[in-house]
Amino acid sequence: MSLAEKYPQEVEKILAKYPPEHKKSAVMPLLYLAMREEGYITKADKADIAKLLDMTTTEVSSIVGFYTLFHDEKAGKYRLQVCTDIGCALRGAEQYLAELSDELGIKPGETTPDGLVTLEEVKCLAACDKAPMFQVQSGEGIQYHEKMTVGATLELIETLRKEAK
Amino acid sequence: MMKYMLLRHREIPNLNQIDVFLKEDGFEGFKKALKMDTNAVTDEVKAAGLRGRGGAGFPTGVKWSFMDKNNWPHYVVANADESEPGTFKDREIMESNPFQFLEGVAIASYAVGANVAYIYLRGEFWEVAHFLDEKIDEMEKAGFLGENIQGTDYSLKIYTHLGAGAYICGEETALLESIEGKRGQPRVRPPFPPSQGLYNKPTVVNNVETLSSVPYIIANGADRYREFGGTEKSPGTKIFSLSGRVKNPGNYELPLGSTFRELIFGEEYGGGIIDDKKIKAIMPAGASSSLIVADDKALDTPLTYEDVREVGGDLGSASVIVIDETVEMDWLITKTLSFFAHESCGKCTPCREGTYWMKAISERIHAGEATKADLELLHDVAKQVQGKTLCALGEFSTMAVVTSIERFPEDFEAKVYE
Ligand SMILES: Cc1cc2nc3c(=O)[nH]c(=O)nc-3n(C[C@H](O)[C@H](O)[C@H](O)COP(=O)(O)O)c2cc1C
Ligand code: SF4
Ligand code: FES
Repeated sequence: MSLAEKYPQEVEKILAKYPPEHKKSAVMPLLYLAMREEGYITKADKADIAKLLDMTTTEVSSIVGFYTLFHDEKAGKYRLQVCTDIGCALRGAEQYLAELSDELGIKPGETTPDGLVTLEEVKCLAACDKAPMFQVQSGEGIQYHEKMTVGATLELIETLRKEAK
Repeated sequence: MMKYMLLRHREIPNLNQIDVFLKEDGFEGFKKALKMDTNAVTDEVKAAGLRGRGGAGFPTGVKWSFMDKNNWPHYVVANADESEPGTFKDREIMESNPFQFLEGVAIASYAVGANVAYIYLRGEFWEVAHFLDEKIDEMEKAGFLGENIQGTDYSLKIYTHLGAGAYICGEETALLESIEGKRGQPRVRPPFPPSQGLYNKPTVVNNVETLSSVPYIIANGADRYREFGGTEKSPGTKIFSLSGRVKNPGNYELPLGSTFRELIFGEEYGGGIIDDKKIKAIMPAGASSSLIVADDKALDTPLTYEDVREVGGDLGSASVIVIDETVEMDWLITKTLSFFAHESCGKCTPCREGTYWMKAISERIHAGEATKADLELLHDVAKQVQGKTLCALGEFSTMAVVTSIERFPEDFEAKVYE
């Protein structure tokens, strides 16, 4: 099913934000919409968006490739993205990530065996005063979790695990 | 006496609720602007001496007056990309004092004759964007957005647009490319956005904090704004995002002209260094900063656009990262370089290749696997990148490298062998 069939109102609302002669502007919001269900963008989604916006599929792919929050490969249901950039690193984020990684038994870039969580290391998230911190990205959006401990993180993962069932 | 102009939510609970905001003189600036000639609004902002809070410190009113009046429509774009490591002020404004920011967007739009404004938020601000969408709806219902605002013939729509994880989209022309549905790569300038910006139409791009300063100026006048704080050339208050090795990191709103010492050591502010260690260096503008040697002269330097330059730095977005004696500079630059190598958009060679090489060499130095000649090479590469890049990111990537090697040579010499 195409995005316009699946989410007619939302697609219409997105297109209405931009001048009709510049509908290409809708490519980023539509890519987010495409990720909603599975957390990643399929080939069919790219072709669908290209058609909707009078772009080529290659153009859409190059947008997906440029921006780090767009994914066209399947990963865990939740991407747990820990900031280890300079501000957070000065406040213990690297050690936090190492401990969390040990507890989960996966390295950054890897996914838990049940497919629930992919652990990732990211750049500054504009929360440098609240390290250690991470965001959780899923198809439904992105949430911040600040001033975290490894214990609190494991609890959060348990909650996500229950919700996913 | 009011303490805050920008972080007013710290004194007024629930300021992000429209009824509370209205009770606290909300939208008075916008209502007043709507009765003024558009040029008079711009002139008031000019007279206030407000300077852009996104990094470059360009006079805001002057920028508005550059809009090409022979080319329509006009656009206003709020820069809410906030991705400079160490910066986290715009997010607090948007979450806790959103209407003041939106009022600023509305006044700017009225002043330059724009009927559509976009707010470009970094993709990670997903929740903030949805929150702002609600606030925009509330404003529209209250008659401050939409058609015929407050019975005038002025109409305005504000839309949010989410980026998707790319620091370079904070650079204004890359940002405009990104809204146009392209890869976020900077444009060659000139033309500047006020002549050809979004969809090649005249566009004002302003930072969130800049726009949030505007309602006070219009409601109370330029003179009152200048009295509120700051210096002749750097008037007003500024939010300092304080992070790194301080006891109390966070956002602090201070008049421009306060000192690093007040900000970092003041009881009400940073509260001093963790474990009372010795302060070593200051990065006043996030990862893009020069490293300022934190001696008494630097600590007593007034935080203004001019004075910070005197001690070899730039105020920039005032994202003050504090470095203490426990931190080694060779490690620090592996961090900044890993950031810039990751964020280089790849459009021009000196930046794309330079950040890659600098990162590789810095990592070898930090690992103790490099020679003195490598250290010289690193300094050399950085110097060669300077002045040769299409946008400022390339330049930014060299600042910490060059200044840390020049000002803290012992940290590097201890790591390299002959
Ligand atoms: C690499 C790079 C990143 C930038 N990031 C931001 C940003 O996140 N937010 C911002 O307001 N300005 C950023 N700027 C500055 C903008 O290009 C522009 O000067 C600013 O938005 C103008 O608004 P102002 O005059 O209100 O400061 C960045 C500039 C560069 C070169
Ligand atoms: S300096 Fe870097 S970020 Fe800027 S245009 Fe060149 S490659 Fe892109
Ligand atoms: S450095 Fe981690 S949020 Fe800024």
